[in-house]
Amino acid sequence: MRTIRFLLQKEFRQIFRNKSILAMVIFMPVMQLIILPLAANYEVKNINIAIIDNDHSSYSQKLIAKITASGYFKLAAYNFSFKQAFKFIEQDQADLILEIPAGFEGNLIRENEQQLFVAVNAINGTKANLGGAYLGTIIRDYTGEIRFDLVQPGRLSPQPVISVVPMNWFNPLLNYKLFMVPGILAILVTMIGGFLSALNIVKEKEVGTIEQINVTPIRKHHFILGKLIPFWILGNVVFSIGLLVSWLIYDIVPLGSIVLLYGFISVYLLAVLGFGLLVSTYCDTQQQAMFIMFFFMMVFILMGGLFTAIDSMPQWAKVVTWFNPVSYLIEVMRMVILKGSGLVDIWKHLAIIAGFAVVLNCWAMLNYKKTS
Amino acid sequence: MREAVIKTDKLTKRFGEFIATNAISFEVQQGEIFGFLGANGAGKTTAMRMLCGLLIPSSGAGTVAGFDVYKQTEKIKKSIGYMSQKFSLYEDLTVLENIRFFGGIYGLSNQQLKAKSIELIHRLNLQKDKDRLVGTLPLGWKQKLSFLVAVLHSPKVVFLDEPTGGVDPVTRRQFWELIYESVENSITVFVTTHYMDEAEYCNRVSIMVDGKIEALDTPGNLKEKYGATSMDEVFYQLARGAKRGE
Amino acid sequence: MKQFLALIKKEFAHVLRDRKTLLILFGMPVVQILIFGFALTNEVKNAKVLVVDQANDIASRQIIDKLEASRYFEIEEKSNNVHEVESTFKQGQVKLAVVFPLNFHHDLLHQNSAQLQVIADASDPNTAATLTNYVNSIVQDYTTDLNRSEVMPYQVTTQVRMLYNPQLKGAHNFVPGVMALVLMLVCVMMTAVSIVKEKETRTMEILLASPFKPILVIVAKTVPYLLLSLINLVSILLLSVFVLDLPVNGSVLLLFAESTLFIITCLTIGIFISVKTSSQQVAMLISLMGMLLPTILFSGFMFPIENMPLPLQIISNAIPAKWFYIIAKAIMIKGLGFSAIWRETLILAGITLVLLMVSLKSFKIRLS
Repeated sequence: MRTIRFLLQKEFRQIFRNKSILAMVIFMPVMQLIILPLAANYEVKNINIAIIDNDHSSYSQKLIAKITASGYFKLAAYNFSFKQAFKFIEQDQADLILEIPAGFEGNLIRENEQQLFVAVNAINGTKANLGGAYLGTIIRDYTGEIRFDLVQPGRLSPQPVISVVPMNWFNPLLNYKLFMVPGILAILVTMIGGFLSALNIVKEKEVGTIEQINVTPIRKHHFILGKLIPFWILGNVVFSIGLLVSWLIYDIVPLGSIVLLYGFISVYLLAVLGFGLLVSTYCDTQQQAMFIMFFFMMVFILMGGLFTAIDSMPQWAKVVTWFNPVSYLIEVMRMVILKGSGLVDIWKHLAIIAGFAVVLNCWAMLNYKKTS
Repeated sequence: MREAVIKTDKLTKRFGEFIATNAISFEVQQGEIFGFLGANGAGKTTAMRMLCGLLIPSSGAGTVAGFDVYKQTEKIKKSIGYMSQKFSLYEDLTVLENIRFFGGIYGLSNQQLKAKSIELIHRLNLQKDKDRLVGTLPLGWKQKLSFLVAVLHSPKVVFLDEPTGGVDPVTRRQFWELIYESVENSITVFVTTHYMDEAEYCNRVSIMVDGKIEALDTPGNLKEKYGATSMDEVFYQLARGAKRGE
Repeated sequence: MKQFLALIKKEFAHVLRDRKTLLILFGMPVVQILIFGFALTNEVKNAKVLVVDQANDIASRQIIDKLEASRYFEIEEKSNNVHEVESTFKQGQVKLAVVFPLNFHHDLLHQNSAQLQVIADASDPNTAATLTNYVNSIVQDYTTDLNRSEVMPYQVTTQVRMLYNPQLKGAHNFVPGVMALVLMLVCVMMTAVSIVKEKETRTMEILLASPFKPILVIVAKTVPYLLLSLINLVSILLLSVFVLDLPVNGSVLLLFAESTLFIITCLTIGIFISVKTSSQQVAMLISLMGMLLPTILFSGFMFPIENMPLPLQIISNAIPAKWFYIIAKAIMIKGLGFSAIWRETLILAGITLVLLMVSLKSFKIRLS
């Protein structure tokens, strides 16, 4: 016990002595947590549309008015040739071209049927899909109105209609920030813990102080604990600041139990730090440790379920996410903060992360060899 | 007859095909200053690392302070002090913090820690600089501090791996005075060095060439045996045939 | 020139000796392209759905069958109790609940209207909105089928052409993005760290005391990374063509020229960071912690930049990855030529020049 006290004293002194790192570890996450959620918004709006109206009739005008009034579309260009409109697509100034053929109004009334031409920039599949869907809905409404205008009531028999009543629980306004803030906080805490712990032991190797440690009778688990605890505390501090920031700036207050949240993050930090220490024991230079950590972080973050849904991944990728601690944290953060889930709901996540923590730390301890 | 603190019998370390230390056998008595000489790459550091419990030997036998170098490495570590050729105190901690940290790791009580810190700082005349970061000290002071930290817990043996590299003769002289003071406290000193004048300070020296011990005796006897006037000559005669090294 | 080559040789020796780093350097783009190409998609599919079928009649069963047949949904549980919805949502697996009220079919037949309640777990708003849309269109299809007997007058149909990416694959969007991301982070980190390392171990002083001009010392450090990054670029392109079926539509030569420019920009950022910092750990934290998320977010390949608040749109202009992403997309997918991207190219070159001047200036100050 006494040994651990001395180790902790030493680690804390080193952490506090290096003011630039300490400042970065605190301020960088806070800054990012404040700014990034504002940027992360999948909501598709402001779709730039180029309209080519070859008909110039009151019907085509009505359709155009309906589209521009919908709020989804911004009229980027009007009445250019298709070739010119295509240029706009190439330059990313338009996402979508709608071409209304000549004789649109006449044909619609005479032949009961008319076709419109739509060309979508589909490089971003989601945007293309949604843009197309919005346009489809507007056109459907439009035909409904035309029918209503042209057809005498009673001539059409009433149609059975199923109205879908949507409800959005936990986030009725579909506010993106509610979704992104806990996720980004999860990633930031993971990065802080992972990088600092990965760089730590390997730095002692690079500088040579590890030799002096290895020749003392210090116990391996004492040494690992001495490394783990300071970063664990630091991680909790960053997490707390993060919660504070999300409350002050984004007005996010955890719906569920704060104690449960801290309980989970505590276990989670042990797992991440254990992973960092493990990487550290395998590397000879800080550069190596950083690159290996970077590689894993990249995979963890991208496959963590924040930017794209895990459900949509193919089976093999889902299996990979089972071993991704970040995916559990992001899920639990959302569950406890937004949905108010309790221990009964997250005990499986907790058990798995605890398993990671035990395995990774034991592995790190075994792999740290005082005698080679 | 005083007891042997270090005993080795055909101690060998291989790295793949390469035999770093080849069946070395010797004994070091308690309170002795034992010089371990050899050219670069002769295998000194490897031998020393095996004796410190940092490296498991490939074959042969050895004990340090009565503990086996294969199975009881952690027990060995309790009874020895070590100072490596690469300065390895924490440069971002102060003098006092380093003393307290390493003392604490070796299990010194708070009272002992306090007493030892005061004594050590006094011996180094560092009263004014005790709160300076170690990284800002001149090399000579770092080395002296390093040595005193290595013997802080009064080990049976202290291993010094080229402790005086890169400092001027006066500082080296002072360093050796510290070593002599320690021997009076009956600490055994096992030291590797390049400087042949330092070899003269040792009670006995061994000279390693290409992984083997080629000579082992008091400096006086060695000079006589090789008909040399200085240890420099002795060393040159033995080491010029070396195939390894830089 | 001979001295310069000697310096470069030394840098190569450093880079090639560290096998672990090298493995990661070359492995990373490969793994990332595979992840992005196969695992990540912005599409929402296979979402788990809880069905609360209080009606349990022909209409509800037909709609459930339709939901089940769609690749967007996976019916996870069926239940009769609405109260189960909340507890199921709290466990986090199920994303959507579809509730059929009692007498669903009866209402539809006799009153010509029925209600279907769709409850989404909106803690993920994107998924929630998308899934609600999907249910809507499936239900709409269902009613259209019911009404098929009658011909509606005044039909407006649309013929949609999906330009560039008819199958709506994610790779078209991601590959240029990953290229930007990987090249950026690798170049910045490697240069920054390797220069600061020489500062830390004080070998930089030796180099600077040598007859080499300081600028040559720095440039020599970046040459291996330039080459490494070009190799990475080749492997990314090979993978995207042969594994992801994503051909380069424009000029490959132009793509390489632009990529080289971007790589140089990133190397300059690395130099800039290394001039401003003095320890490896600080340099690493800046180039990783400081740049990873902002690059992902501000380059525009994950989140549309036009949706961001104006100040952030302005900030995004300072992110070189954004410009390279536009360039790479234009050449690779749209098949455009230099005339379409000269503005972006100029901006990248401008950023590079400014950074280089600033670094050189503070480098000189440090020396004197």
